[in-house]
Amino acid sequence: MKITLKVWRQKDQNSKGEFKTYPLDDVSPDMSFLEAFDVLNQQLIAKGEDPVAFDHDCREGICGACSMYINGRPHGPLQTTTCQLHMRSFRDGDTIVVEPWRAKPFPVIKDLVVNRDSFDRIQQAGGYISVNTGGVPDANAIPIPKTNADKAFDAAACIGCGACVAACKNASAMLFVSAKVSQLALLPQGQPERKTRVERMVAQMDAEGFGSCTNTLACEAECPKGISVSNIARMNREYYNAKLSSESA
Amino acid sequence: MKLESKIPDGPLAEKWSKHKFNLKLVNPANKRKYEVIVVGTGLAGASAAASLAELGYNVKAFCFQDSPRRAHSIAAQGGINAAKNYRNDGDSVYRLFYDTIKGGDYRAREGNVYRLAEVSVNIIDQCVAQGVPFAREYGGLLDNRSFGGAQVSRTFYARGQTGQQLLLGAYSALNRQIAAGKVKMYNRTEMLDLVVADGKARGIITRDLVTGKIEAHSGHAVLLCTGGYGNVFYLSTNAKGSNATAIWRAHKKGALFGNPCFTQIHPTCIPVSGDHQSKLTLMSESLRNDGRVWVPKTPRPGLKAKDAVSIPESERDYFLERKYPSFGNLVPRDVASRNAKYACDEGKGVGSGLAVFLDFADAIKRDGRKVIEAKYGNLFDMYKQITGDDPYEVPMMIYPAVHYTMGGLWVDYNLQTTVPGLYALGEANFSDHGANRLGASALMQGLADGYFVIPYTIGDYLANLGWSDKVGTDHPAFREAMENVQSRVQKLLSIKGKKTVDQLHRELGLTMWDYCGMSRTEEGLKKAKVRIQELRQEFWNNVNVLGGSNELNQELEKAGRVADFMELAELMVDDALHRSESCGGHFREESQTPDGEALRKDDEFSYVAAWEYKGDNEAEVLHKETLNFENVKLTQRSYK
Repeated sequence: MKITLKVWRQKDQNSKGEFKTYPLDDVSPDMSFLEAFDVLNQQLIAKGEDPVAFDHDCREGICGACSMYINGRPHGPLQTTTCQLHMRSFRDGDTIVVEPWRAKPFPVIKDLVVNRDSFDRIQQAGGYISVNTGGVPDANAIPIPKTNADKAFDAAACIGCGACVAACKNASAMLFVSAKVSQLALLPQGQPERKTRVERMVAQMDAEGFGSCTNTLACEAECPKGISVSNIARMNREYYNAKLSSESA
Repeated sequence: MKLESKIPDGPLAEKWSKHKFNLKLVNPANKRKYEVIVVGTGLAGASAAASLAELGYNVKAFCFQDSPRRAHSIAAQGGINAAKNYRNDGDSVYRLFYDTIKGGDYRAREGNVYRLAEVSVNIIDQCVAQGVPFAREYGGLLDNRSFGGAQVSRTFYARGQTGQQLLLGAYSALNRQIAAGKVKMYNRTEMLDLVVADGKARGIITRDLVTGKIEAHSGHAVLLCTGGYGNVFYLSTNAKGSNATAIWRAHKKGALFGNPCFTQIHPTCIPVSGDHQSKLTLMSESLRNDGRVWVPKTPRPGLKAKDAVSIPESERDYFLERKYPSFGNLVPRDVASRNAKYACDEGKGVGSGLAVFLDFADAIKRDGRKVIEAKYGNLFDMYKQITGDDPYEVPMMIYPAVHYTMGGLWVDYNLQTTVPGLYALGEANFSDHGANRLGASALMQGLADGYFVIPYTIGDYLANLGWSDKVGTDHPAFREAMENVQSRVQKLLSIKGKKTVDQLHRELGLTMWDYCGMSRTEEGLKKAKVRIQELRQEFWNNVNVLGGSNELNQELEKAGRVADFMELAELMVDDALHRSESCGGHFREESQTPDGEALRKDDEFSYVAAWEYKGDNEAEVLHKETLNFENVKLTQRSYK
């Protein structure tokens, strides 16, 4: 296959960026999208040009590092991560536009690499259960209904890639935040801190500059892990319940 | 140098309790006077950093990824072992200990392995308390499944994403401490050297991967939780960033390296699809609970999965079930990998010739698609995404791939290396798995080390050290280390040769796979040694790294890591050459039973090979830690 890549190049956070066009021949349909970029980079190096910087690590769709906005969709045309997108999803002769995640709380570091520390700060605000190592009850001490355990798992499967933010026209992080809030709200272990957790995490989300949710559902459509917007609905309920009944200011 | 494991005498079941009592404690009010550095934030690192911070120590944690949650522990799939015996099927701490020591082909310390089994039960409790969503039965209690090398069902899991959920649990505990100000987290920061002064580990030198700034960090102790070195082979199930730099630099500063040639090749990975292949994807061992491994009885070159469906049972060789009736498809990894290789060597491989089938047709017929989907959903999706084949309809194709490294820095019972104040946890150390790791035990070991061992053992060192014995970053040792790191970085950028880092890395990987992989011979290893030396020399004369150091430069990052692999590879080959027995994943063709199984030579090789670095391009010196088995009887491993 022959394809043409139009890739966003940006030297650093403070420089202006621009699209550069790169033809790529001999692309195998079995290659992953990132392997195609590896090939591109090897060619650029051979020509003495700066290779394209992009985040990636596991290349198995689980670490959440890879984050390319491909032809106007986070992670490209399939509902999967960039590393699990294969070139058989494109046709011979295609032009593919590749950009970083676009959102104010995700400033560009270089080329396609963005800073997602905002996500970590939201988790630090409350995405945990306050329990120290040791001295905890036996694992089977609290039975958890299978349906709750399964729903909690489904919410816990979020990989923190940020595609939801990139997909959303408001750059809202509601799907990401609600996934963690839901997981812990559904489990008995999460009950003691249920109210303060959602209040603090939402406050941090707002402080980071993420947008509000207007129910477009683009996030769910693009999420590579199939996280459901029912988690957003749940978080809204958790949030209002907390605000109306909690004792914090 | 005498290698002291520091395992106390006495009955096996009492060693750890006895040891904990004898370890010195640091008064709670004094803990805040100490600073501990933790490098790597996977299961071992995140759990250690969080637990130490909870105790009151000040912690600085480092990871090269953009967030601690990206550590490669995230990708572990199948499950975590614990001796809870919830299943009432005969499990116990002793049995888990025994299965693990036998699975490691009797090349691990009894004391370490017993402790691992002992604390395994606490790990599950801790994870549940953190909100880890393990799979549950309808009654609301935890579910279990079986894993290789065991005849009991002791593995706890979260679908096919157990590593992810365990890591996110440890990451959440870490986050709580970061928010509390007890852990200072440095993302996108790579450790490039260890600083030793007055014979003790005093800190590290790091490079900020965004700005390129080289910095010194001092502490009272350093914990390396940096994972394994499978990427020496270029193609492995590791993440692209996984590397050996932290432990290799420590090795060159005095930390002996244990059993470097003990590498694990996992039997069920997705086969290579072309020259562009950048890594290999694991298909969890848990699949072997329900999948049946087979090849056609007569060779059918190029056989596609969709055509396999029509091959009648009588023409299928379910070779693992045939050769090992008791364990069947759940034989340990080294046994399964070698047998897959033999089947392909005999010409019976399918697809490209380097693949065998893992078939779920019978399981789906027996349990129904919904049950199989609930157990393995994401794994089947991943397989379909990558290959285009649907495992619900046609058999999976799998082939062995490099996955885990049992070898690593030598540590004693306190997880301390031969450099005082330097600890190694998780896959980065050599300790618990001997010559072969059983499935679902890596997750167990990482969390055991981080939650339940280091919080106790580090206190002893720190109490003896005293909080005022800290070396500042203005000390000559720090300045010298910083200068060395700077000059190495500049050197890599200045060569401006003709080959890229990846090209040289691939060549190294191929050499290692061919000669130091599933099957090793004296002749092959000697060839590999020469080739590695050639490649290393070529690397330093001909590598091309563009750009500068004061910016994000991914080629420069890779170059440093591959330079270290070029040295580690030679040590692995030397280790494999000297150990002329076969044990676990280390298979020397010259030493096998008439059945083709690994033949150990316990009289000669019942020891840990701990290598001491003597200088670049100088032979390393071998130290032997004899392994004494008081509780288990060494037998030829049989899974028949």
